[in-house]
Amino acid sequence: MSGFQTNNKVVSWLDQRLPIFSMMHHSAIEYPTPRNLNYWWNFGSLAGFILVVMLLTGIFLVMNYSSHTSLAFDSVERIMRDVNYGWLIRYLHMNGASMFFILVYIHIFRNLYYGSYKSPREVLWWIGIIIYLAMMATGFLGYVLPWGQMSFWGATVITNLFSAFPVVGEPIVTLLWGGFSVDNPTLNRFFSLHYLLPFVILGLVVLHVWALHSVKSNNPLGVEIQGPADTIPFHPYYTIKDLFGIGVFLMVFMGFVFWAPNFFGEPDNYIPANPMVTPAHIVPEWYYLPFYAILRAFTMDLWIIPAKLQGVVAMFSAIIILFFLPWLDTSKVRSAKFRPLYKQFFWLFLVNCFVLGYVGGKPAEGVLVTIGQVCTAYYFAHFLIIMPLLGKIEKPKALPASISAPVLKEKA
Amino acid sequence: MRKLKLSVLTAALLAGLSSAALASGGGEPLMKPGFSWDGVFGHYDKAQLKRGFEVFNQICSNCHGLRLVAYRNLSAVGLTPEEIKDVAAAREIADAPNDEGIVSMRAGRPSDKYISPFQNDKAAAAANGGALPPDLSLMAKARPGGPNYIYSLLLGFKDEAPAGHPIPEGKYFNTYFPGNAISMPPQLMEDLVTYADGTKATPEQLAKDITAFLNWSAEPELDERKSLGLKVMIFLAVFTAMLYALKVQIWKNLH
Repeated sequence: MSGFQTNNKVVSWLDQRLPIFSMMHHSAIEYPTPRNLNYWWNFGSLAGFILVVMLLTGIFLVMNYSSHTSLAFDSVERIMRDVNYGWLIRYLHMNGASMFFILVYIHIFRNLYYGSYKSPREVLWWIGIIIYLAMMATGFLGYVLPWGQMSFWGATVITNLFSAFPVVGEPIVTLLWGGFSVDNPTLNRFFSLHYLLPFVILGLVVLHVWALHSVKSNNPLGVEIQGPADTIPFHPYYTIKDLFGIGVFLMVFMGFVFWAPNFFGEPDNYIPANPMVTPAHIVPEWYYLPFYAILRAFTMDLWIIPAKLQGVVAMFSAIIILFFLPWLDTSKVRSAKFRPLYKQFFWLFLVNCFVLGYVGGKPAEGVLVTIGQVCTAYYFAHFLIIMPLLGKIEKPKALPASISAPVLKEKA
Repeated sequence: MRKLKLSVLTAALLAGLSSAALASGGGEPLMKPGFSWDGVFGHYDKAQLKRGFEVFNQICSNCHGLRLVAYRNLSAVGLTPEEIKDVAAAREIADAPNDEGIVSMRAGRPSDKYISPFQNDKAAAAANGGALPPDLSLMAKARPGGPNYIYSLLLGFKDEAPAGHPIPEGKYFNTYFPGNAISMPPQLMEDLVTYADGTKATPEQLAKDITAFLNWSAEPELDERKSLGLKVMIFLAVFTAMLYALKVQIWKNLH
């Protein structure tokens, strides 16, 4: 905490007792950042920005929401109709959730492309996965709150997944429900947890940034920072770049909020929850669809392991496996820029995820079942077979000596 | 190569998203007549909303509720305060208990929500051959296709079910209804209502007007939303362009 100087006596007095200004100066102004970050590095700050949007809009929604099964649906409609700018706050929150996932998915795939999860950034990567898991939980809990048909039936289907586990399964489901079916106690605890988890995410984000600032950012070349020539101070270079990113992102976000606010939603959720009527086709929110496809890919009981348990274990494994990626990837080279084979498998993996998402959104019938199974197998093969093998057989291109080397060469 | 990848990705993304959005559907592709509120600059046609209200009030509201819309909200479709009072007073609702604790009925007031035609869902189903006429407040958002679905459904009745589509007693064949057997009889016929503004009430006109009214009841904020959106977008475009200029300026002397 060296670079901070001030002539302001009050600031100086406070800073000697609580070095908050020094800390901000250290981590938001002089923080040395690789000079070659491209626009894919904007998505971390964008995700942080949308988290704040979600917290703020959520706090105002809560002021007008009733978490009782007989009131929840109408209280949301009251927000839409009678609360001043309630429709805006709610549509911001609704679409903000989808935006949050889009940003985080891009952030994760940027990470995969440039090998940012590798040493020394494993813990940074782990915290990121935990944030993603917490987001999935928060998104699911939040989707239940309007108490529409898809809220109710989505909650029923997803919570029922836990019943697949032998012995502990049923008690877990009863605990989640607070009874013997999805009902008022379920809605109340989901509401409570939906308010709690975003602050947990906020805390995790602080850890994420802390870990980032300890190991510093990766960069498109994937070579470590070697000296001052490789870095530029975070401010003003990346503050202005991130602000510009926020401007562009806001235009996309507002496009949905003002012109297609229900694009990401399900029409069924505008029908009040009715335990006596099951919707023809229950689908979770779009951001879970690839995992939903993995869940449904298992259709045959094996010995004593029922298909449902296989599916649930596979679905959780699909995310847990990410924790092991730093070791499953045996290549010494980080960036796909210098990994001709991995680059192609990266795109294949991305397409595979989209196909899984597509399959997850359709009824499980006909050829889609087979496609879902093949793509599920490929998803795991990517991590368990392709990643370990590639590091052994691939011949990476020559790495530049440093981040600044290619820049200096260009100048010469 | 890069361009190709990008376009493949975009296509995959759109396919994925639209499949999620349209996951629950059924029946024939819907008719798309085009509505005044479509598009970036679209907005409600007030005269049409009022015509739609006339149809709803005279026809639909005999069986269907509109429980999320208050009578006072009808000023947005062009009713005068006097007309709103009259519409509200046409139905009765249980009053709060008086000082002796007796509950009596009173006429509806502008501050009331649209009073449903039946006391409760059981009564509504009993009066309609066991089928519950759904509340229409959110219908334009609660079905895949939204307004196109309402429009198509109202015009989608066939006198004779096609061969191989037996329709049970008391049900009607509708091209667009999931499963085709709908309990609501066909409603729209020439001159079903006499419009106050003299518009000729053809079935297509009626369907379009009632669809407009029901879209308004589901999205009463639409006009305000789109006009605020335009202002926000213009601001963001200018602001983002300035941020970009600043970014270029700051990064210019870096190398």
